[in-house]
Amino acid sequence: MARKPTTAPRARKPILVTGAAGALAQKVILLLQEKGYPVVAVDFREQVYLGEDIPSYRIDANKRGFEDIFRNHHPGGIVHLGRIMSSQSNRSSRYNMNVLGTQRLLDLGHKYGVSRTLILSTYHVYGAHAYNPALMDESSPLKAAELTMDLVDSVELENLASINFWRYPKLNITVLRPCNIVGPGVKNTMSSLLGSHYAPVLAGFSPMMQFIHIEDMAQAVVTAFEKNKKGIYNVAPDDCVAYQEALLQAGCMRIPIPGVPPVLPRTLARILGLKSFPPYLINYFKYPVVIDGSRFRETFGFRCHYNLGEIFRYYRSQKN
Amino acid sequence: MSLRSRIKSWLVPPSLDKQLDTTEKPVGEMGYDPWGFNVETYKIAAALFKPFYEKYFRTVVHGIENVPADGPVLLIANHSGQLPIDGLLIGYALATRPERPRAARAMIERFFPTVPWLGNLLNQCGAVLGDPVNCAKMLQRGEAIIVFPEGIRGSGKLYKDRYQLKRFGHGFMHLAIQHNTPIVPVGVVGCEETIPAIGNIKPLARMLGVPYVPVALPAVLPARVILNFGEPMRFEGEDLPEEQVADYVAQVKSEISRLIDKGLAEREGIF
Repeated sequence: MARKPTTAPRARKPILVTGAAGALAQKVILLLQEKGYPVVAVDFREQVYLGEDIPSYRIDANKRGFEDIFRNHHPGGIVHLGRIMSSQSNRSSRYNMNVLGTQRLLDLGHKYGVSRTLILSTYHVYGAHAYNPALMDESSPLKAAELTMDLVDSVELENLASINFWRYPKLNITVLRPCNIVGPGVKNTMSSLLGSHYAPVLAGFSPMMQFIHIEDMAQAVVTAFEKNKKGIYNVAPDDCVAYQEALLQAGCMRIPIPGVPPVLPRTLARILGLKSFPPYLINYFKYPVVIDGSRFRETFGFRCHYNLGEIFRYYRSQKN
Repeated sequence: MSLRSRIKSWLVPPSLDKQLDTTEKPVGEMGYDPWGFNVETYKIAAALFKPFYEKYFRTVVHGIENVPADGPVLLIANHSGQLPIDGLLIGYALATRPERPRAARAMIERFFPTVPWLGNLLNQCGAVLGDPVNCAKMLQRGEAIIVFPEGIRGSGKLYKDRYQLKRFGHGFMHLAIQHNTPIVPVGVVGCEETIPAIGNIKPLARMLGVPYVPVALPAVLPARVILNFGEPMRFEGEDLPEEQVADYVAQVKSEISRLIDKGLAEREGIF
């Protein structure tokens, strides 16, 4: 249910939010409404009902009809959270939706005079590598595509955003690369693992990980959108925990599988067919990808409200 | 109480626990820092290493007061002995010095993170992948960092080459200048004799993906170890040519060589 806006909407142009079926987008929409922004919701996968005052569409950005949303609503900003995850489609469809769809979205945004654009990326773009330093900042190379073809679309999405920084400067593009987003309603790989009773681990490997609560992430998205300081930002709290410790804290029983030679865990993951432990993410359970979120925190004055203890207590409570 | 906490309470004597608590280390809610350091594992490792430091290697330390009480510092030492025992001894000496102890971090070979259990264990004890970004970030946080600029050239050398310093990398000097960090040279004597190697089985090392496979006794010998910490050295400059950096590195190398000679001179016997 939509909360009552705290400020009266003053003929503001609506904000187009993509990925509206996702838990994060719905939190973001609520926050935007609270701040008095009219919202237009779009999801490429399913139609969602978000209340009578939020027009909601299910449409592929690559379809001709997508432009009608811009024609009819004239959005002033875009919050692009809609990405097809690797578990949801094949490589070519993902590329079409995530990369080509985003290019169409930005083209239309430029055509219709959008002045603020936020794109949600992921820390996965850095790639999990044995030689990764800790606290990787935004200038670190994006090595995910080098490790697996299944993350090519994620890296390409970033490249696309970078090209459009120069091509469409008036879009004021902000890219956020968050760490693992977890919490109620989140259905990604890490949230599924923390929510399960049994979780696979690679024997002898427990990389450092970062977790951000969905409420904090939604706040980060809205803050970055409102303050409109274009650029690329990592989003992560200043605290880390080893993966296996995180599972213990969340009340999961760890199921070790051999971590070496590298082909063995990938083969086992393929045989097991677990959506929460896909072969292309195996390296993320082996080597750390710890990002430095200080630039985002300093630029936007952002602080997380949920600490690791609260995050893991939630998952533990779901198992009782 | 977790298993690790129980092991810690069994193994770590209260006096050592209290002493290690005085080494300030910024960790998060779950006891970890971004590089994987874990307070409890660090204390357990220190308790297990104590008898080796005191009784097995009978470590003698001189000049440890030269390490500043706080702020960033690079501890630059000679490397030897096939295993990074020298790093452990320097780290333990600093963590347990009577006045203002510090928990030092050791930069380790890139090969270690790929080794199951050992890689994580070393990280939890304070070791960090030897990478300039890691080193720079830790210096910004005011850490004391142990660096062996010889790398595997030093640790993997044969017994016949003992106490001959190999080529020093320049990375540490660039970081010291960029971050205005003092360098404390350390001369390690004794570790060369802990695992004397007479050969290196290179084909096997290549096959296993490890830096070297020494031909040596399958044991760590109880050689006496002497650690000599030198006076802090400071180097300054902007946009220095590599030739100048090489000259600064040579000064550090020369000081370490002097500290090794001092240690060898005072050593009464190998074992």
